[in-house]
Amino acid sequence: MLLADFIIFVLSLWVGFEVISKVPATLHTPLMSAANSIHGIVLAGAMVIAATAHNVVGYILAFVAVAFAAMNVVGGYVVTGRMLKMFRRRIAPPAPAQAADASPNGRAA
Amino acid sequence: MTGTFNTIIQLVYVVAASSFILGLHLMNNPATARRGNQISVAGMVAAVAATTALVIHGKQISSTGWIVIATGVLVGGGLGLYTARTVKMTAMPQLVSIFNAVGGGAAALVAIRDFMTLGSHVGSSVSVPTLLDVIIGSVTFTGSIIAAGKLQGLITSAPVTFPGAHIVNLVLAVVAVGFGGYVIASPSLVGLGVVIAAALIFGVSMVMPIGGADMPVVISLLNAFTGTAVAMAGFVINNTALIIAGALVGASGGILTKLMADAMNRSIGNIMVGGFGSGDAITAAAGVAGAGVQSIAADDAAIQLAYASKVIIVPGYGLAAAQAQHEVAALADLLESRGVDVSYAIHPVAGRMPGHMNVLLAEANVPYPLLKEMDEINGEFARTDVALVIGANDVTNPAARRAGTAISGMPILDVDQAKSIIVIKRSMGHGYAGIDNELYTNPKTSMFFADAKKGLAELAAAVKTLVG
Repeated sequence: MLLADFIIFVLSLWVGFEVISKVPATLHTPLMSAANSIHGIVLAGAMVIAATAHNVVGYILAFVAVAFAAMNVVGGYVVTGRMLKMFRRRIAPPAPAQAADASPNGRAA
Repeated sequence: MTGTFNTIIQLVYVVAASSFILGLHLMNNPATARRGNQISVAGMVAAVAATTALVIHGKQISSTGWIVIATGVLVGGGLGLYTARTVKMTAMPQLVSIFNAVGGGAAALVAIRDFMTLGSHVGSSVSVPTLLDVIIGSVTFTGSIIAAGKLQGLITSAPVTFPGAHIVNLVLAVVAVGFGGYVIASPSLVGLGVVIAAALIFGVSMVMPIGGADMPVVISLLNAFTGTAVAMAGFVINNTALIIAGALVGASGGILTKLMADAMNRSIGNIMVGGFGSGDAITAAAGVAGAGVQSIAADDAAIQLAYASKVIIVPGYGLAAAQAQHEVAALADLLESRGVDVSYAIHPVAGRMPGHMNVLLAEANVPYPLLKEMDEINGEFARTDVALVIGANDVTNPAARRAGTAISGMPILDVDQAKSIIVIKRSMGHGYAGIDNELYTNPKTSMFFADAKKGLAELAAAVKTLVG
């Protein structure tokens, strides 16, 4: 079981490196914020420990863990969405007399 | 029956994990990034729903347990929602740091609680990840709080250090790891308590000596820590979703840490040891307008800008600190309406976290195609009539190309290649590296001594009257 989990862990690391290295610097702050929300998955772990708690200490620990994780996941996604909403191509029609630059979309990987 | 149920739960976790990966993948373009975030949210909802089903199915939970979960979600979720809705974009690094702190803290608590339940029955396949989770999670918790405090200005952003600080750090690390090994060999709550205490203190002492300018690296590193801690929590409670999600975040934090350190020309180890980025050199030579520096008035600068055909704006953290991103966008709009080709050259470390400057400019309604990365725009400076530098210093210093200076080898924006350069700056003060910026004494450079916000407003007003 541990070995299988470890294999999943290592492969996920590689997938992460591969996917994230393609994100342009323009989006690095939202990226980090999105990654932040994803580690809010720890909420699932916090729920599991709340399920097995049967004394005061257990309840307190579970409560703090659930609250922390919920703050992480809700706040993370909301603020990421808020940031991404601000990234706009252009609201007004494009300015005249643009120099023929390299494609504005072609971001370095 | 139970077998089928568990299979379904695992499949939902796989779907959730896939949606996290797809969500991150869609962030490779600003046009698809929002959809990526929505897909990621959907995956998270699915994972939490599956976990709820798992908890119900397990039949172990008490009614108090449900209350604990419900109130926890309400309190934490409410706080998260409130802060996420109200935070200013300039304060984004602090918020991300706080989310790192609570994420790492939650991961550590999961392992601590699991350890307490299982007591001495744990095998090393559980106790090793437990200890790693507790140590990394605790360090992240206090470290991120200190980082947030420094960014918010509640704690001095100057490095706080004292003689023997490195030795204290070393002792703390040895205690945490040593007792960790002891607890793995013979599980005891007291031993675990010592590990937690050492790790919590280590988090504080690790971040305190790091200067404000190094925060992009610190935040990225703590982000990687949180991800790793969550993955370890996944090992502890045997949950694949946590392992995959944690590993993804660990990888992203790792990449950003490396990118930021490279962009600052520092090794990660060098930053963690601290001391540089101190800013004590800034006061040493500030205000000395050296020979060969020419200053310029708003009117003359406006003429240069208004009659240029290509202008590149180089914003640095000084722009954000002066809250002048809206003023710079207004000036750029004005120039664009005159047919001037305007773009922004963004250095990777312009801001207090990776990509921070882009978010600030996006908030000021600057269209993202105008935001150019360093490698993308460096070739364009030679074709540029005016480079307008606002609040950026070390990242424009040509001295980086020579050996033997404090910033040698640091990747810089080739601002000095532009036909003419205007620098808006309050004084001749130094940047974080504490050295003279050779750009300022370049014969092509004119210094416009003003606060970024006021200076930009003056420029915009001058351009307006000029072109009527």
